[in-house]
Amino acid sequence: MPHQDPAERRVVVTGPPRRTLPHARLRSRGRYLHASGYYRPRTEIDEQTTLGHTYVRSLMRSQLRAGLAVFAVLGLLIGPLPLLFEAMPDAHRLEWAVLGFCLYAPLVLLALWYVRRAERNERDFVRLVEDR
Amino acid sequence: MNSSYAVPAVALVVVATVLVGAFGLRISRTTSDFYVASRTVGPRLNAAAISGEYLSAASFLGIAGLVLVQGPDMLWYPVGYTAGYLVLLLFVAAPLRRSGAYTLPDFAEARLGSPGVRRLAGAFVVGVGWLYLLPQLQGAGLTLTVLTGAPDSLGGLIVAVVVVATVAAGGMRSITFVQAFQYWLKLTALLVPALFLAVAWQGDGSPSHAFEEPATFREQRVVRVDDSLDLKLAGPLTVTVTGTVDGRAHDDQRLRLPAGTHHIAKGTRLSFAKGTAVPSADPGTTDGISTSLATGRQELPLYATYGLILATFLGTMGLPHVVVRFYTSPHGVAARRTTVAVLGLIGAFYLLPPLYGALGRLYTPELVLTGDADAAVLLLPDRMIGGVGGDLLGALVAGGAFAAFLSTASGLTMAVAGVLTQDVLPSRGVRHFRLGTVLAMAVPLAGSVLVAGLPVADAVGLAFAVSASSFCPLLVLGIWWRRLTPPGAAAGMLTGGGSAFVAVAATMADVPGTGPVHALLAWPALWSVPLGFLTMVLVSLATPSRVPAGTEAILARFHLPEELRTEVKT
Repeated sequence: MPHQDPAERRVVVTGPPRRTLPHARLRSRGRYLHASGYYRPRTEIDEQTTLGHTYVRSLMRSQLRAGLAVFAVLGLLIGPLPLLFEAMPDAHRLEWAVLGFCLYAPLVLLALWYVRRAERNERDFVRLVEDR
Repeated sequence: MNSSYAVPAVALVVVATVLVGAFGLRISRTTSDFYVASRTVGPRLNAAAISGEYLSAASFLGIAGLVLVQGPDMLWYPVGYTAGYLVLLLFVAAPLRRSGAYTLPDFAEARLGSPGVRRLAGAFVVGVGWLYLLPQLQGAGLTLTVLTGAPDSLGGLIVAVVVVATVAAGGMRSITFVQAFQYWLKLTALLVPALFLAVAWQGDGSPSHAFEEPATFREQRVVRVDDSLDLKLAGPLTVTVTGTVDGRAHDDQRLRLPAGTHHIAKGTRLSFAKGTAVPSADPGTTDGISTSLATGRQELPLYATYGLILATFLGTMGLPHVVVRFYTSPHGVAARRTTVAVLGLIGAFYLLPPLYGALGRLYTPELVLTGDADAAVLLLPDRMIGGVGGDLLGALVAGGAFAAFLSTASGLTMAVAGVLTQDVLPSRGVRHFRLGTVLAMAVPLAGSVLVAGLPVADAVGLAFAVSASSFCPLLVLGIWWRRLTPPGAAAGMLTGGGSAFVAVAATMADVPGTGPVHALLAWPALWSVPLGFLTMVLVSLATPSRVPAGTEAILARFHLPEELRTEVKT
């Protein structure tokens, strides 16, 4: 692939689109369709150019953001509990109920939420890179 | 307890394990089969295998025992064991699989290209693995002692022999089948008796004071004190004594002990009347690690709870036997889905131990005094139901407990043996792997004979603390931070993991005595994890020239979906 001055290319350095509504896909198709004649994100990644790395970074950022968001929810859910139990030393039944039986379902739901988000990020990224 | 059913049950579990393992042996042909089951294990089978491997003696016996002795605060253990998988899913699962390495040291080498860091990671894998194997073997010994009165070390020896045989024979492929089988066995072994116990509890008028403090005796009960201990009495206590109390011998005498501390000599029999509150044994005077940890807990309860939460949440991802399982998924997406399935499976399992703990407070409160609280799960069916039914259910629980020791011990042995074979023993190959297996098991077996009386859940908690402060920074920063350098990784693992290790060793040896310093050492995660992360980041930033050359390409491989990569990287 001949090296061009990067300034000539129409490069949009963003993460993969978060929502894949039909019109958004159409728009991206219009934008990315070989505007400069050579533009192929997939090739950039394959050949490990700076631009390719930028794509990978954007994927990493969106995945890290998804992870951190769920982690923050987990922290907010779990973090205050010991303080709460400390503040209510007589609420033994509450402590038994919450710690023994009520936390596992939210953990699974958080996991499902994250997996959906992470897989969507990857699908969007593949679509972006494969120029579809 | 009647052992005529329990012994066949344990024997059956052992035989079934060997048979299922042999089934795997027939299809375990190549080296890749041996280490990672050729990466063809689907999410459902793999999730059952991971859960089966993960639910150790600590989960099966230890949690109920801890809850029985120390109350509902101890329920943070199962919550943390489960949430650890969520954290693993968020930051590690898919990239770890995509890294394409066999073990944690492989990961370290692939990411940082440094044999030194690889060896260090290997040393930590072996250390954490041995620390975690020790309580499994001791739990096995305890179970067999409770069931049959056999000597303490026999159970551990049986587990060691069976595990070495299955692992050395079939490697990862056979272990996968064994583990999946054992998850369902363990769930059944706790669930079925729990249903019967719940019915018995209802027939008993649904007493619910288990949730109140302190536990009381529901009927007259004789307690034999196996290790001398100090009783702490908040109020006066009337008890019938045969043996030595406060240095004076008694023979079947009713004593009225005033409030305060009383020394009960070894072998004394105490007979408590119905309705007496169960006195608490002073943890400072009995030996063993749980007592030191409990002291730390009394001194700074909130600090101890947060330390426990941090250690279990972040430590799971670094447990050698957990990590090696992720390499057996076919691709990153499968690794993620597997993790969600694991969360569901172990979450369902962990609904049961609290039940046993609560029932234990009602029906076996004297275990608080005898120091065998871990046996609560085993004793409850006999105590509450009795007769042949109780014996049969007890046998089922015993079989499940043995499945717990076998599965976790196999996974750990597998991981430790993998490291020993690749990094310590001279040449690679299946034959040396078998030698590594024997070595991996011999050391903790010797340790379990030497260091008696570690309560299983606490000892496992210490392994989590070490793992959280060494492997968690390595994995998280290695996967998400491109400026990590080999010196940074080595320094972070050494200071974080090393200091946690020293704190654990000091606690085990009872070095610091009492005071806040002791609590800091008994629950190291809260300071050692940030220390590990901070050191890793700072040293990496100070050595920017040492960032490995291929970092960008390696991170691309960690994060790119396979459908892009298969054609890209050959």
